[in-house]
Amino acid sequence: MDRLFRALTFIFALAVLALAALIAFELYRNSVLSQKAFGWSFLTRQIWDPVEEDFGALTFIYGTLITSALALLLAVPVGIGVAIFLAELAPKPMSEVCAFLIELLAAIPSVIYGLIGIFVIVPIMRVQVQPFLIKHLGFLPLFKGPAYGIGLLTAALVLAIMIVPFITTITREVLMSVPREQKEAAMALGATRWEVVRMAMLPYARSGIAGSVFLALGRALGETMAVTMVIGNSTHIQASLLAPGYTMAAVLANEFAEADSELYTHTLIEVGLALFVITIIVNGIARLILGRMKVAPVS
Amino acid sequence: MDLMNPSALGIQAQNVKAWFGAKEVLHGLSLEVLPKHVVAIIGPSGCGKSTFIRCLNRMHEVVPGARMEGRILLDGEDVSQHDPVALRRRVGMVFQKPQPFPTMSIYDNVASGLKLNGLRSGPQMDQIVEESLHAAALWDEVKDTLGKPGTSLSGGQQQRLCIARALAVKPDVILMDEPCSALDPIATAKIEELIYALKKSYTIVIVTHNMHQAARVSDETAFFLMGELVEFGATSQIFTNPAHKKTEDYISGRFG
Repeated sequence: MDRLFRALTFIFALAVLALAALIAFELYRNSVLSQKAFGWSFLTRQIWDPVEEDFGALTFIYGTLITSALALLLAVPVGIGVAIFLAELAPKPMSEVCAFLIELLAAIPSVIYGLIGIFVIVPIMRVQVQPFLIKHLGFLPLFKGPAYGIGLLTAALVLAIMIVPFITTITREVLMSVPREQKEAAMALGATRWEVVRMAMLPYARSGIAGSVFLALGRALGETMAVTMVIGNSTHIQASLLAPGYTMAAVLANEFAEADSELYTHTLIEVGLALFVITIIVNGIARLILGRMKVAPVS
Repeated sequence: MDLMNPSALGIQAQNVKAWFGAKEVLHGLSLEVLPKHVVAIIGPSGCGKSTFIRCLNRMHEVVPGARMEGRILLDGEDVSQHDPVALRRRVGMVFQKPQPFPTMSIYDNVASGLKLNGLRSGPQMDQIVEESLHAAALWDEVKDTLGKPGTSLSGGQQQRLCIARALAVKPDVILMDEPCSALDPIATAKIEELIYALKKSYTIVIVTHNMHQAARVSDETAFFLMGELVEFGATSQIFTNPAHKKTEDYISGRFG
């Protein structure tokens, strides 16, 4: 009985690995035409011309990386700040309730975030935020108008809102796992509350926090629906963050139904392959960091 | 200075009571620590030794639900009137298990309290770090590896590192909560020598489970039992001629 159970679970475990390998293989196999036609330059050209069947993925790669990076820039300080508050300053019942609610936020379907993006965030961006940025920072190419509402920055903002729960949930947990003795050691030196956080807690928890950031990045890179709804879907790279853009996930969602030729299909699947590889790498780094989360044990 | 006790230096604890939640763990203790003396607090587990010294630097109150009553005077001033942060810069503490900050180097561990006081890195900080490591009898062992993590040291070295860290901010008083309980006999002997040397400059209150240690390092000894002070007096007298039967039973190993 025991042996049967072991064999069975072993097979299931293998099946998971096989599934991942199969996905990679199928993505590869179904994109060979595109690989042959464009080679590695597929990743560095920004032409996207379905009529002439001339394709390059740079716009999408750029859009994916820039929106994810911006989202992290916005979400990391907020996420960590909220986590510090919940772990260290908030009364315990409040911390528990908030942590629960924040975990719920992570479970909201992304299409709902997309809807909120379209109907709430886009108007605010168009009427208030973007005109403000154009007026005061418009001399920088990054903030050149016009104010469409939609665009890279808006997509990044929606993404940021979506990934804050990941950062906060994990960071709160690693902060709460900092040994009381470490906090007391800082306190006994005459550290204020904030100094205890800065001196004893954040450094102790740093790898856990880094892991949470990478997990959030993984989520941001692959997020499809919400981004597709607010990014503007333009196949040209523009310097301005206020301009419309495109991401790898968004182009897959938008164009797979229109891909009428074999090469077009293969091209889209190659975009998918590239996204697959990028997210695997990012998540791999996250796992590595989280796995090494334990700091050198004290004594 | 408290006007009522113009000449009172050192620590005076007056009728100190302490609670964890509804549970009273100290039932009104009074004792006096003279400046530049070492007072050892002995007693069986759970007798309130640690709680008592944690009242002295107001670390007791950081535990949720914990509170205290009574008066503790430090050089005549009521500690409850102090900002706890400022108080703890005058009353350093060394814990049972060495607690170096694991992500900091040896140097940065010693400098951590100085940085809290706003001192910038520079020759002055280098000098204080070196002095503190000398004072903690650790300098010769680490002077070439100051950039290595504090956790790379042995347990006994880590504890001396923590003592150096406490000394760096130039406190008046050092509280030690069973500082040798996690150490081997050789490391323990080094810490005891160190306590003996530190007595010249600091007032020290040490909690210990080890009666021999109390006998070796302290000038006065206090025997606590179940949250009460049973006996307090010169160490030589407590160990050779205790006034109470319970003290005698405890130090002769009949219970505890």
